[in-house]
Amino acid sequence: MNGDADKLLAYNGGAVVAMAGKQCVALASDMRFGRDQFQTVSSQFPKLYCLGPRLYLGLTGLISDIQTVSETMQYHVNLYELNERRQVKPHVFTSMLSNHLYAKRFGPFYVESIVAGLQPKTYEPYLASLDILGGTTVSKNFSVTGTCKAQLYGMCEPLWKTDLDSMNLFEVLSQALLNAVDRDALSGWGATVCIIEPDRVTLRTLKARMD
Amino acid sequence: MECLIGIRGKDFVLMAGDSVAGRSVVAMKKDHDKMYQLSNRLLMAACGEGGDTVQFAEYIAKNIQLYRMRNGYDLSTKAAASFTRRNLADYLRSSTPYFVNLLIGGYDDSDGADLYYMDYLGSMVKLPFGVHGYGSFFVLSVMDRYYKEDMTRDEALVLLQRCIDEIHERFIINLNSFKVKIVDKEGIHVMKDLRPTTKQPEETPGTQSMDIV
Repeated sequence: MNGDADKLLAYNGGAVVAMAGKQCVALASDMRFGRDQFQTVSSQFPKLYCLGPRLYLGLTGLISDIQTVSETMQYHVNLYELNERRQVKPHVFTSMLSNHLYAKRFGPFYVESIVAGLQPKTYEPYLASLDILGGTTVSKNFSVTGTCKAQLYGMCEPLWKTDLDSMNLFEVLSQALLNAVDRDALSGWGATVCIIEPDRVTLRTLKARMD
Repeated sequence: MECLIGIRGKDFVLMAGDSVAGRSVVAMKKDHDKMYQLSNRLLMAACGEGGDTVQFAEYIAKNIQLYRMRNGYDLSTKAAASFTRRNLADYLRSSTPYFVNLLIGGYDDSDGADLYYMDYLGSMVKLPFGVHGYGSFFVLSVMDRYYKEDMTRDEALVLLQRCIDEIHERFIINLNSFKVKIVDKEGIHVMKDLRPTTKQPEETPGTQSMDIV
């Protein structure tokens, strides 16, 4: 359909990965902002966006579209919360994002997204990934996206276990991201991890290879 | 073929752009200023497609001024940069996209001095130093080596001179003059144009003539 999609998704480079644990969920991204594949403009560009106390959005792809989509979704969430007078649930937000992306079916935003959050009240982990047209997959274990998707799958599959607590989940996720981006020229240059628990959200920056 | 350089210092942003206005292989004007004043303490340097740069820069500048007139106060640097980014991103998928790469430097009381780098696709990032154009291939490494946080104005000018010298040394296109401006709490100050440092010609060892007979 769109032959340019792969090229544009790899223009800036980037990687995002999320994993579910016991009553917690963790989301991590690299920090690279690349240009035209060969140049690195910045190593201070995390790709995680906070949309609620227990709802995070990770986006990879064309950075211009990442910024547009995250700003537009923030606007939609703000409007929802003003109208409904309650916080948006993760699966509802995922539907909103999917709808917004499909609206541009014949001229899409070049972003691949991951929604990570905790369900209200039960605090069960929620993970969903969306492609450029808003096609959604809800996962029980982990979601990956970015220029090193294959490497991330390879790292997540053997490392992930059911019911990891937040400390172990952080370790497993960090190792998965760091080692996957080290095998991709377009991702890396720093890493940031976000652990979402029922009572707190912890943001950490990892010491990574800066190449 | 154009080059824009921005350096964030302690409480100022130093911006420079080459002053060649050219088309194809011809340098039409050698003292062209590529920096546009958006407000008292906001400066935008633009490079890219010929008419697009001026059209877009003036459009943004007028809108920033309109905000000022309507609300009575200036937009912050971050807000002005976001506004510019959104415009670039929206126009990208229209029938009239703007092919401009920008550096926006500004000073406001809440955040201090900030420098924003934006490319023609509408991706934006806040940077301590930013460069657009082919010059970036040469200058970014120089900056990585010599830049430090909280530089004074003199230190930043020395760093800028180093960058200009490197471009003159290795870039095939002759960019021998840069317009320089500083944005700080007091406003926008126009500095003297910077040129590459002229080197003394190396002394070649004298050739000794040999008597053949």
